[in-house]
Amino acid sequence: MTATTLDQPIKAPAFRQIGLARRLRNNIATLVMWLCFAIALVPLAWVLIVVAGKGYHAVISSGWWSKSQFGVLPEQYAGGVYHAIYGTIAQAAVAAVIAIPLGVMAAIYLVEYGRGRLAKVTTFMVDILAGVPSIVAALFVFSLWISTLKFQQSALAVAFALVLLMLPVVVRSSEEMLKLVPDELREASYALGIPRWKTIVRVVLPTALPGMISGMLLAIARVMGETAPVLVLVGYSSSINFNLFQGNMASLPLLIYQQLSNPEPAGVARVWGASLTLILIIALLYLAAGVVNKLLTRNR
Amino acid sequence: MTVHDDVTAAGQSDSTDRRVGGDTAQMPSEPAIDSAESADAAESVKPIHPKVSNSPEVIFRSLATAAGATIVAAIALIALFLLIKAVPSIGANHANFFTSPQFDTNDAGNLKFGIRDLFMVTVMSAGLALVIAVPIGVGIALFLTQYAPKALARPFSMLVDLLAAVPSIVFGLWGFLVLAQHLVPVEKFFNDNLGWLFLFKSGNISIDGGGTIFTAGVVLAVMILPIITSVSREVFNLTPRAHIEAAQALGATKWEVVRMTVLPYGRSGVIAGSMLGLGRALGETIAVLIVLRTAQQPGHWSLFDGGYTFASKIASAASEFSQALPTGAYIAAGFVLFVLTFVVNALARVAAGGKVNG
Repeated sequence: MTATTLDQPIKAPAFRQIGLARRLRNNIATLVMWLCFAIALVPLAWVLIVVAGKGYHAVISSGWWSKSQFGVLPEQYAGGVYHAIYGTIAQAAVAAVIAIPLGVMAAIYLVEYGRGRLAKVTTFMVDILAGVPSIVAALFVFSLWISTLKFQQSALAVAFALVLLMLPVVVRSSEEMLKLVPDELREASYALGIPRWKTIVRVVLPTALPGMISGMLLAIARVMGETAPVLVLVGYSSSINFNLFQGNMASLPLLIYQQLSNPEPAGVARVWGASLTLILIIALLYLAAGVVNKLLTRNR
Repeated sequence: MTVHDDVTAAGQSDSTDRRVGGDTAQMPSEPAIDSAESADAAESVKPIHPKVSNSPEVIFRSLATAAGATIVAAIALIALFLLIKAVPSIGANHANFFTSPQFDTNDAGNLKFGIRDLFMVTVMSAGLALVIAVPIGVGIALFLTQYAPKALARPFSMLVDLLAAVPSIVFGLWGFLVLAQHLVPVEKFFNDNLGWLFLFKSGNISIDGGGTIFTAGVVLAVMILPIITSVSREVFNLTPRAHIEAAQALGATKWEVVRMTVLPYGRSGVIAGSMLGLGRALGETIAVLIVLRTAQQPGHWSLFDGGYTFASKIASAASEFSQALPTGAYIAAGFVLFVLTFVVNALARVAAGGKVNG
């Protein structure tokens, strides 16, 4: 029977079980963290399911991708959003053509040349520009381009406002990618006697390119859904208008907003259809960004 | 062209060091390595040319600097032009700009506009969004950095970032046509049980319609969740490993580790992220415009009021921007919004100490 006494350790154990209260608190905290994440997924899934469910009828209807709303009555289930897709893509493309070179050059300035006061101010202003509400950007273009310089409302004015919204995104993502290029590459190039500008153009930029391209695609995707600039700077047109410099032009957000005041069920169908179309286009750009990133990095 | 003379001081001293350092024996092999660019490379090993051409370097550097300066100029121009267009209207204003709840711009000769109500609705909706989104956003960031299985952390964070990809007009539609009716019972519950508090007393529109500041705040909370999460996540990831391990060695549970090391370390990032989220919520236009109902009476700081925020007021009148003076009234409101977001974003940057970008 001596074995029973030996079962008891002579010394108290060094590690004791964690107290019940602490264990409980720990478990509750873990649960709360999982819940927070689940809560974030609810609106995402909800929005996507609602838009897909209510929009797919319109999207698969004949002529949705190839016709405009020209001559379509409010209560008619007819026509398409071809004119609005053109507007959305054209406005974003013009904005990209202006914002990307400007943004990349600004990022090169910040990473490669920027020292001293101006660089500090520029970094600060990029942050401020990123926070400028889209309606303020639109008002600025309105007061400069339309009110002061007396130009008409046009898709070009919208593109200018989109440039302001795109610039900080392009600068930030390019800056990040340029910073990732190892200094050894630059030094190796300098050691071969290559001047600085050529090193940037031929060595640094190609190395950073995959990340920069996907960053730009995301920047384009972000401005495509902007509604405030199109409300202020261009009128809605139910027919196709290819002219960026003149006249009204539809875009998907503008079409959605315009059809919201249409009480007919056909209008509601168009609202959800256009929303789904917009989300599909943005999803395509996100997908492209991912593919570009993966393809170009693997070739290296 | 002569390449050597274009090299900056650091590059030059580097290359001359090598030549002096007795590496001349290897010099001839260098062009062979770079045979792809033989023309440039062959010239680069020749001794320094007397003809110096700095122009491409200078041009490129000035272009880059000009691009940087453009961004600074853009902000200055935004402030300048909004102010230029707003000042005449403020001069012609017959009501107090800061304290009047009116916004009457139909008669250009008798403008009466004030930002009291706009300010109130903007602050209330953005404030509610912040109150909802900050705890959840921080929780998600903690989950993604500390709790989620390592292999799933990346796809999970991409899911949260997808919330930022949904256009704001779609959130507006969802809030107005879908979410609002589901929030009505919640709003009624608060109104019935906490109605004695000014925030939850009955407002100037009917709760049954759903288009209250409360609904707008919930929609805004969803929209600013990704930015708060991503900024917080970035700083939580920076928590020194040693801090965490020290806490673990003392026998701390996971929650205690988070509370004692991760949260204090990331506090500045959480504040910065919240400020950036606040900036977004203050300036959000179309979602709020779609969700909020117009009210006949001025509001009294209740979450169940309707009305306009700065941004939605401007957007609602956008189609009537033809006469200079009434338009200037909206531009004045836009200038106030610009200043508001400028201050909030600048504070976010100060809080982050420059180590985070959102």
